[in-house]
Amino acid sequence: MSEFVYLYRGGQRAESPDEGEKQMQRWVAWLTDLAAKGHIKDQGQPLESEGKVVRGKNGAVTDGPYPESKDIVGGYTLIEAENLTQAAELAGGCPIFEFDGLVEVRPVMKM
Amino acid sequence: MDLDEQSFRRESGRIVTALSRIFGLAHISLAEDVAQDVFCRALEVWKLRGVPDNPSAWLMTAAKNRAIDLLRRERTARNHLSELGRAYESEWTLVPTVNGIFSVETIEDDQLRMMFSCCDPHLPEETQVALMLSLLCGFTAGEIAAAFLSKRDAIAKRIERGKSMLASCKTLFDLSERELPSRLAAVHRALYLLFNEGYHGASPRAAVRAELCREAMRLAKLLLGNPRVSSRETYALCALMWFGAARLPSRVDSRGDLISLYAQDRSRWDAGLIGKANEFLDQSAGGTELTEYHIEAAIASVHCAAARIEDTDWARLLWLYDVLMTIRPSPVVALNRAIALANLQGPQFGIDAIRAIPQTDRLAAYPFFPAALAELELRAGDAKSAQRDFEAAIALARNPMERRFLEERAESAKREGVR
Repeated sequence: MSEFVYLYRGGQRAESPDEGEKQMQRWVAWLTDLAAKGHIKDQGQPLESEGKVVRGKNGAVTDGPYPESKDIVGGYTLIEAENLTQAAELAGGCPIFEFDGLVEVRPVMKM
Repeated sequence: MDLDEQSFRRESGRIVTALSRIFGLAHISLAEDVAQDVFCRALEVWKLRGVPDNPSAWLMTAAKNRAIDLLRRERTARNHLSELGRAYESEWTLVPTVNGIFSVETIEDDQLRMMFSCCDPHLPEETQVALMLSLLCGFTAGEIAAAFLSKRDAIAKRIERGKSMLASCKTLFDLSERELPSRLAAVHRALYLLFNEGYHGASPRAAVRAELCREAMRLAKLLLGNPRVSSRETYALCALMWFGAARLPSRVDSRGDLISLYAQDRSRWDAGLIGKANEFLDQSAGGTELTEYHIEAAIASVHCAAARIEDTDWARLLWLYDVLMTIRPSPVVALNRAIALANLQGPQFGIDAIRAIPQTDRLAAYPFFPAALAELELRAGDAKSAQRDFEAAIALARNPMERRFLEERAESAKREGVR
């Protein structure tokens, strides 16, 4: 088993509690299923959409830069899968696709 | 995934109450925005982390922290906030004050006060009910509109008007103890309407109606829990609701279609709720005033006491309807009285009594008026008239559920006629 990170990018936030609840139920169902199959290493965390960027030799701090909202990472999960192909397949069930978002699947580098 | 949607709604009502207390009545919209924000953020977190064991407590804590955050940030503007402004000036008093407002007892007390505030005598009854559903039960304008078969925009406007009215009166949470009893009748009325909308209402979705009933019962219980503001009448109202709730599951079949009282499976009536209702009914006695709630509760108790429809004490029901006609006469009460009379003395007596009811516009649009007439005509052997009156009832049906129910009755009238 190898480890992978799912980075959730973009995806519209729900505008009403009802809609949010439906979205949430879908996510919970999807992740519960992955967990039941032993693929969840760490359920990860959601991230705020605001932040700072520190760059340059002098460590300049700026707000953003905000890329297109579809590129903002909204959360991550640590996954275990046989290989990248399987990890990507498993990501296919993520509800984020219905809300205009995407999942970036990245293998954790092994030493 | 079994999430009790109900509990979220309730929480949202509690959060809005606490936050309006914190921000002041003029800022109900801010309170609602914050409550919604807290809720949406919670969902974002639960998406990945799963729903916590105690989502209610989680939401309350999140709302509390958010309120404290906002107050710190808004310190310069504190004077615009509520009468509690002073307490927010210093860190020493800010957190304890907010904690106090979020304590279970205070929230319950504030919800009670909010309930009385919604029942401002200057507001029409429908607005009072809509406000309660919006502020205390966390219903959206769309949901209220669906429940009452009205237009979303109309309900939203009604709620807006109600809120600005509330915002203009400075004394929401400071309603004096003296003012509470004078508004009690209006509160009872609003809860009664809320429950009835759930019980007899026009919404085609059984789940929506059950929710309205549950909310009415929750708020009534809040009232009952506070002896300073409840009365014998409150007990009568509760008895009425609990009797009704006990019969709720048997009123519709698995397809969500209505089942007539005659055909209901009485073994599905909830004995626990009936027992509780009887207790309430006992406690409602002894006062000086006999209200419509007392009578309606007594009527419900007669139905609940009969294990089979044949065991129904129609004589007592007739007497109770007669009393109700003197306290609060209405065409619908007269209709029910006629049905009791028919069961006691024969269908023709009922038919005559129904025909004697003065026609009103309200009654003319009520599908169960021609339907009741049709049922009795059918029993009297006049299948032809029955068929005609069932057709009239079908034309008045307010939702598919009522229509299917009436169509089925019309069908059986047709079969009788052929036979």
